[in-house]
Amino acid sequence: MELLANLAIGVEAALTWNNLLYCLIGVTLGTLVGVLPGLGPVATIAMLLPITYGLSPAAALIMLSGIYYGAQYGGSTTAILVNLPGESSSVVTCLDGHAMARQGRAGAALGIAAIGSFIAGSFAILLVAAAATPLAAFALKFGPAEYFSLMLLGLVAAVVLAQGDLLKAVAMTLLGLLLGLIGVDVNSGEERFTFGLPELADGISFVVISMGIFGIGEIISNLERDETRKISVSKVGRILPSRDDYRRSWKPIARGTGLGSILGILPGGGAMLSAFASYMVEKRLAKDPSRFGKGAIEGVAGPESANNAGAQTSFIPLLVMGLPSNAVMALMVGAMMIHGIVPGPQVITERPEPFWGVIVSMWVGNVLLLMLNLPLIGIWVKLLSVPYRMLYPAILLFCCIGVYSVNNSLFDVLLTVGFGVLGYLFIKLRCEPAPLLLGFILGPMMEENLRRAMLLSRGDATVFFTRPLSLTLLLLAVGLLVIMLLPTFRRTREAAFTEE
Amino acid sequence: MNISLHKPYDAIAGGLFILIGAGGAWIAAGYPLGTAMRMGAGYFPTLVGVCLALLGLLVLLRSLSFSRAEREEVGDLFSIRPALFIGGSVVAFALLVPSLGLLLATVVMTVISGYARRKTHLGELAGISAALACFGVLVFAYGLGLHLPVLPV
Repeated sequence: MELLANLAIGVEAALTWNNLLYCLIGVTLGTLVGVLPGLGPVATIAMLLPITYGLSPAAALIMLSGIYYGAQYGGSTTAILVNLPGESSSVVTCLDGHAMARQGRAGAALGIAAIGSFIAGSFAILLVAAAATPLAAFALKFGPAEYFSLMLLGLVAAVVLAQGDLLKAVAMTLLGLLLGLIGVDVNSGEERFTFGLPELADGISFVVISMGIFGIGEIISNLERDETRKISVSKVGRILPSRDDYRRSWKPIARGTGLGSILGILPGGGAMLSAFASYMVEKRLAKDPSRFGKGAIEGVAGPESANNAGAQTSFIPLLVMGLPSNAVMALMVGAMMIHGIVPGPQVITERPEPFWGVIVSMWVGNVLLLMLNLPLIGIWVKLLSVPYRMLYPAILLFCCIGVYSVNNSLFDVLLTVGFGVLGYLFIKLRCEPAPLLLGFILGPMMEENLRRAMLLSRGDATVFFTRPLSLTLLLLAVGLLVIMLLPTFRRTREAAFTEE
Repeated sequence: MNISLHKPYDAIAGGLFILIGAGGAWIAAGYPLGTAMRMGAGYFPTLVGVCLALLGLLVLLRSLSFSRAEREEVGDLFSIRPALFIGGSVVAFALLVPSLGLLLATVVMTVISGYARRKTHLGELAGISAALACFGVLVFAYGLGLHLPVLPV
């Protein structure tokens, strides 16, 4: 019963008053940014990262992960009540959730969303806990060739499964890779792309990049539109779903949980893809598909469970191999490194306390979210009426303090502003910036593993094809690329991302 | 034959990728390249730069159309005002914190950022900046104990 012993370590770490407090802060903040459109978990985690310097590694990671899964809960609240998806993963919830709200059944929709999310989250966390040890042991067998192939697969998958234009997404990934290489080359001591600036010798801090692009760039872009949004909030009504609602929902919740748990592990997958997939499955399985879009509770229960399960299992590649599968996880890699934890399969044995603490805290966080969310819905909805012009100076203050406190450097601040303007430009040019961050984090790791693999094989590039594991991973990547070029898949993908 | 630009945004994005990719590859080619077995500092970045430039070329070519395709609607390409004032407010904050302290730097930052919008309510802005300055000092300087001066030194 190694799992139980491990979970016991986690319970001990997660249930200290201090860590409970940070878990509570994390999920509350997460719900908040989930509710507010125009501020997402990526920007929030980037802003708060520098502030976690003073915390213990466990507390910092517990709080930051709380923001991510808390945002999934918050996003659904606004999707149902005001037809505004706070997060991209709750876009589908708008369809039937808001339709239910218009029929005066907002309470039931919110209730089933919270219950489904909780069930899915709990199951996915158990899965993470159970899979961690064997997968980490397996990952220890990986040589540099396998790691390189795995990262390549990850980048390809992230691009295929992500939103937006494929070519531009690949280009953004490469741009990120290039940015990641700035600084002194660890192998030769050669300075690369530093333009003689000593400030660039250590490379660009990922706080600078993420805060510039996702924080400041986003603000500029929002201000340009400067719309005054009109919000009509539906009445919440009775919170608890009826017996009939439960009868209709339990199967979609179960299916959504399974689907989300699997899709969440895929690189680039995570919460959004899971929600879309679940909605399509439920619609196809329904006896009467025409009910969908008109307030079918299955269309809320399934996707809401799926996005929460996906959010939880997307921690698996990060915790087990140290590989981020989406932009939020890329930030978590940075958070781990700030706190002196080198991400990878060895974390589980070398730093069991923060590792299992984070896993257990996720379940604690889900309980807190369930307890907090339903009673506090009124407050969240009130927050929605705060206009953006009062909100953005506060976001900006967090950005300022965040960047400046990393190492009190004016250069970093200037660089952040530069990336902010660049990020705004990318938004205008319709280049999705998330793959850039992923490439930025993976760049140096890929180069390192490529070099090692080639050195071990004495310059023979066939090493990537002759080692069976590496070959499998590469074939998977090629397979994904082929599927992506098939016209039918492209149409489905476009339909999935544009379905409103 | 009639060649026209039907996706102007893609054309600019493609150009940007070509510029950065080619520039990066050109700089990286100046570093020791090494061999495939012992890769030098320039090997991987050159590779990535070339790939980026090639992709940029694809994006650029795709934005051209050989038929009379519908031209994509283009709004303002770049709004200078928000970019300038938001960027400026952040820089001002970083410049002022060491001498003026967190309290006043926050006020200045908020006021500058307020002008990023075309219509600004001075009274409301003053209220926001006062509230934020107090909040910032309480939470960051006292609550989280960040080493930032609070008052003018």
